[in-house]
Amino acid sequence: MGTDIIIHDKKDNVGVVVIEKIAPKQECACWIMEDDSSINIQSVDEIPLGHKIAMIDLNEGDTILKYGHDIGKVVKSIKKGEHVHVHNVKTKKW
Amino acid sequence: MEIPKSFLGYKRENGRAGTRNHVIILPVDDISNACAEAVANNIKGTIALPHSYGRLQFGADLELHFRTMIGTGCNPNVAAVIVIGIEPKWTKKIVDGIAKTGKPVEGFHIERTGDIGTTMKASKKAQEFVMWASEKQREECPLSDLWISVKCGESDTTSGLAANPTVGNLMDKLEPLGVHLCFGETSELTGAEQVCATRGATKEASEKFMKTWSSYNDFILKEATDDLSESQPTAGNIAGGLTTIEEKAFGNFQKIGNCKFIDVLEPAEEPTKGKGLYFMDTSSAAAECVTLQAAAGFNIHLFPTGQGNIVGNPIEPVVKLTANPLTVKGMGEHIDCDVSKILSREMNLSEAGDELIKTTLRVANGRLTCAEALGHKEFVMTKLYRSA
Repeated sequence: MGTDIIIHDKKDNVGVVVIEKIAPKQECACWIMEDDSSINIQSVDEIPLGHKIAMIDLNEGDTILKYGHDIGKVVKSIKKGEHVHVHNVKTKKW
Repeated sequence: MEIPKSFLGYKRENGRAGTRNHVIILPVDDISNACAEAVANNIKGTIALPHSYGRLQFGADLELHFRTMIGTGCNPNVAAVIVIGIEPKWTKKIVDGIAKTGKPVEGFHIERTGDIGTTMKASKKAQEFVMWASEKQREECPLSDLWISVKCGESDTTSGLAANPTVGNLMDKLEPLGVHLCFGETSELTGAEQVCATRGATKEASEKFMKTWSSYNDFILKEATDDLSESQPTAGNIAGGLTTIEEKAFGNFQKIGNCKFIDVLEPAEEPTKGKGLYFMDTSSAAAECVTLQAAAGFNIHLFPTGQGNIVGNPIEPVVKLTANPLTVKGMGEHIDCDVSKILSREMNLSEAGDELIKTTLRVANGRLTCAEALGHKEFVMTKLYRSA
């Protein structure tokens, strides 16, 4: 089975879709680059190439970690397997 | 892969080497564009570099204008230069700056002569220069004569996953071989600035970076309106899956691999501390950034893109790479190096880095980039503030 989602760092709570799109309720294979390990996740939403999926449940105010670093805050709670983007995450900078 | 030790370049009078052999017609100011373009139209094989500024500027903004003009003329990809301005004084200042390289340069001013008389005089000199330059041959030059600048654009998450790390892999492999390297995009390091600062080779370099970043950030916060988050990340970035400036910054930052920067350069400032990686304070707008890097003397540019930025530069060849398979499929005529197989894990990062090194050397040896073949010649001066 190919890789559907790539995760940069073990600490990350989001992964990136690397196939054209994933469908709702799809069993997805995830590859973690940092330690070359693999895990699976079931999607909730349809998510296109390059967009992010939540690897765990996230509450309002939580920090999104990608590359092992803080890339913004959750502004609307997100369930594991849901699409993570501008509708539920905002910058902490501007 | 064994990395070639040399490339075929044009040796210049000051010891630098060019990957191109341009004869440029450089207008000092906006109102001299028409004359410069008329000369370039008369004399085949020359290129005019029209732009929008050069009148009533002052202070640091005027200094940057001169530095960009003189630096563009001094770039080793340029064999000879015709400078055309409205007035003699500023025209001469630019001619004198370029003449220090030892390359042929001559200035013409339009006042008291008019466009037609100036075009005639400048065309005669341009013909002489281009016929002289046409006899220049490529010669074997050490790899360390490559000065490589990098900037990414229309980024998406595939940039941070694969295309930018491919550039980083190239840097890790070429830095020990003595090349000059340069990254910029001050505002697009926002969110990753603390991590970036730790990559200064010295305490001074790290502190200089933080000072530069803070000053840019203060300016942005001062001018910010509620549409800032529509500009950064751009609509293209967001369509490609990037959510915040922090996410974009950590992706951007992958371009320097594991290298440390030895100094922080002003916009268009030529590096003087020898081989290695430099950070330049630049805008994150593609054409502005590449224009500044070319003016600092960089002779080949690597440009990773996600959604498909199409920028080129008149004197510095811009090599595009992408890891986004949809971009390769939809606009392949803009992509010099396809590393999309990283996402399907049919290619690893080191293999992608090797592919990019091969493409870079082919372009350094003379192969046209996609942007050159498509006629992209974006020459965009950075302006710091309003004119007097």
